[in-house]
Amino acid sequence: MELTKDEEKSLNGEHGEALQTAYRILSATGEATDAEKLVPIHWAHVSGVNYNTIGDAGEEFLAGLSKNAKFRVRTTVNPMGYDKDSVEKFGLDENFIQKQESIRASYKKMGVTPSFSCIPYEVYDMPQEGTQVAFAETNAAIYANSVGKLKTNKESAFSALASAITGKSPYSDLRKDDSPTMSIAMKVSDPNELTFGLLGYFAGKVADKSVAISGVKNLDKRCNKSLCASMGTSGTCGKFVLDDNSGASEKVDFDEKEMQKVYDELNTAESGDLITLGSPQLGLEEMNDLASMLKGRAFKKRCLIFCPRPIQEQARHLGYAGQLESAGCELLSDCCTCLTPLVTKKDVDSVTTNSIKGAYYLKNSNGLDVNLKPLSEIVRDETS
Amino acid sequence: MTLKTIVRGKVSGKVVKSNQPINFLGSVDKKTGEVTDQKHDLFGKKIAGSILVFPNGIGSSVGAYTIYSLKSNNSAPAAMACQKADLTVASGCALANIPLFILSPDEYDNMKDGDEVSLG
Repeated sequence: MELTKDEEKSLNGEHGEALQTAYRILSATGEATDAEKLVPIHWAHVSGVNYNTIGDAGEEFLAGLSKNAKFRVRTTVNPMGYDKDSVEKFGLDENFIQKQESIRASYKKMGVTPSFSCIPYEVYDMPQEGTQVAFAETNAAIYANSVGKLKTNKESAFSALASAITGKSPYSDLRKDDSPTMSIAMKVSDPNELTFGLLGYFAGKVADKSVAISGVKNLDKRCNKSLCASMGTSGTCGKFVLDDNSGASEKVDFDEKEMQKVYDELNTAESGDLITLGSPQLGLEEMNDLASMLKGRAFKKRCLIFCPRPIQEQARHLGYAGQLESAGCELLSDCCTCLTPLVTKKDVDSVTTNSIKGAYYLKNSNGLDVNLKPLSEIVRDETS
Repeated sequence: MTLKTIVRGKVSGKVVKSNQPINFLGSVDKKTGEVTDQKHDLFGKKIAGSILVFPNGIGSSVGAYTIYSLKSNNSAPAAMACQKADLTVASGCALANIPLFILSPDEYDNMKDGDEVSLG
C-alpha cells in the first residue's frame, strides 16, 4: 500500500505513539486486502467496549492509548457491559464495574460520542449514500452497506479504532467493489425475522464478501436487523442486496432443509428460563410494535429488553416504555444481549430469544442453552 | 513460498491445523488459548505456541481483542497462517505482533497438523 509522506512519518513514529499504532494496524489491514492507498472516512463506529469481551488486556491497552490518542472523526461506540441505572440488580463484582468504568473513561478521553449502541444507524442521522465510514460492529457494517448504501468494510475492533484516530481506512474490498459473487434463492415461504436470521447465518457461511438474495421483495426493520446480525456472526460477508437478477456466477438455494440445519445447530433448548430481546438492540419502531403486541398481556417470566439510551428516553416520552414495563419487561440501555455479563449460568440454564446472533454468543460465550422463536411466538407462549 | 506476509517475523513450531474458519471471540478462551466451541474441529485443543493454520477469521470484530489478549496472557500462537486474510485476524496480529502469513493453496494443503515448520 502506497502511503503519503505524512502517513509514512506517522508510521515511523514521528507523530507520536498513538498514530504509529494506528498506522501499523492500517498497514496490516491494507496489506491484507491489497489496498493501494488510504481514503478519508467520515464516521467510525468502534467495537471492543464491553469488559466482558476485551478483558484486562483490552482495558490496559485502551488506558495506555487514550493518554495520547484523539479521535479525528465522529466516533460512536458499541454497548458496554451494563446499564448503570440497574447494575446493582445483577450482582456484578466490584472489579468488573471498576474495569468497565476505566474503559468508558478511556473512550471519553479520546473524544467519543458515548452511544453505547450496536445500532448507530437507528440513533443518528445517516450520511448521504456512498459516504465512506468505518463500522466495526458487524450488524452495523452490513446494515450500513446494504440498507444505508454507505461504504465500509466489515471492520475489526482495531481497524475501526485506527480509522477513528487517523480519519482514514484502506481503499479495498467493499469500499472499491461491492458486486455480489453469489446469489442465494430464498425458498422458504411465510418468513419471519427468525427465518431471515437463519438465512443470514447460512449466507455468512457460504458467501464471501457480498451476496445477492433473490425471492425477497422487501424487508421490514426487524427482519433487516436480524439478517444483518446473523450474517455478521457466521462469516466474512459484509453486504447483501435484494436482487432477482444480480448476475452473480454462483447460485445456491436456501430451502426448508437448509433452514432446519441452521436451526438445529443453534437451538439447544425446548424453552428458556428467561427471555431476552435485543441483539441488535431494539429501535423505537420495534418498541412501539412490541408494546402493541403486548396490550393487555404480561410476561410470565423475566423479560429483558435491550435498547439504546436515547431510544429508551423517546420510548418513555411516547409511553411505550411504560406499556412494556407494565407487561413485565425490564428495559436496559448501554448494553446488549450479545456477550452480556448479566445473564449467566449462576442464575439460568437457558434463554428464549428471537436473535440468531444472541443465540450464538449466549451458547458459545455464556455457556447457556438457547430456545429460538420468532417474536410473535414468544408473545403467544410466554405471556398471559 | 508464502504468498504474502502481513505481519513479519521468523518462527518455527508445530502446526495446529483446522479446516474450519475461526470466530476468535466466540470460540477461543482468551486466557488459556483453548478452543471452547464444541462444534469446532479444534475443540479442546490449545493453540498457545503453535503455528496456527486455518482458512480465515470470521464473525465478531472484537475477535481482534481476543488475539491481543492471548498474546498478553502468553497463550497466543507463535504465528498464524491463513488461506485468506480478514481484517480481524490481520489487525489483531498486527497489534499483538504475531507473525501472520497468507499461504499459497498448495502450501496450505501440504501443511499437516503436527508438522514442524519454519516460516518467515
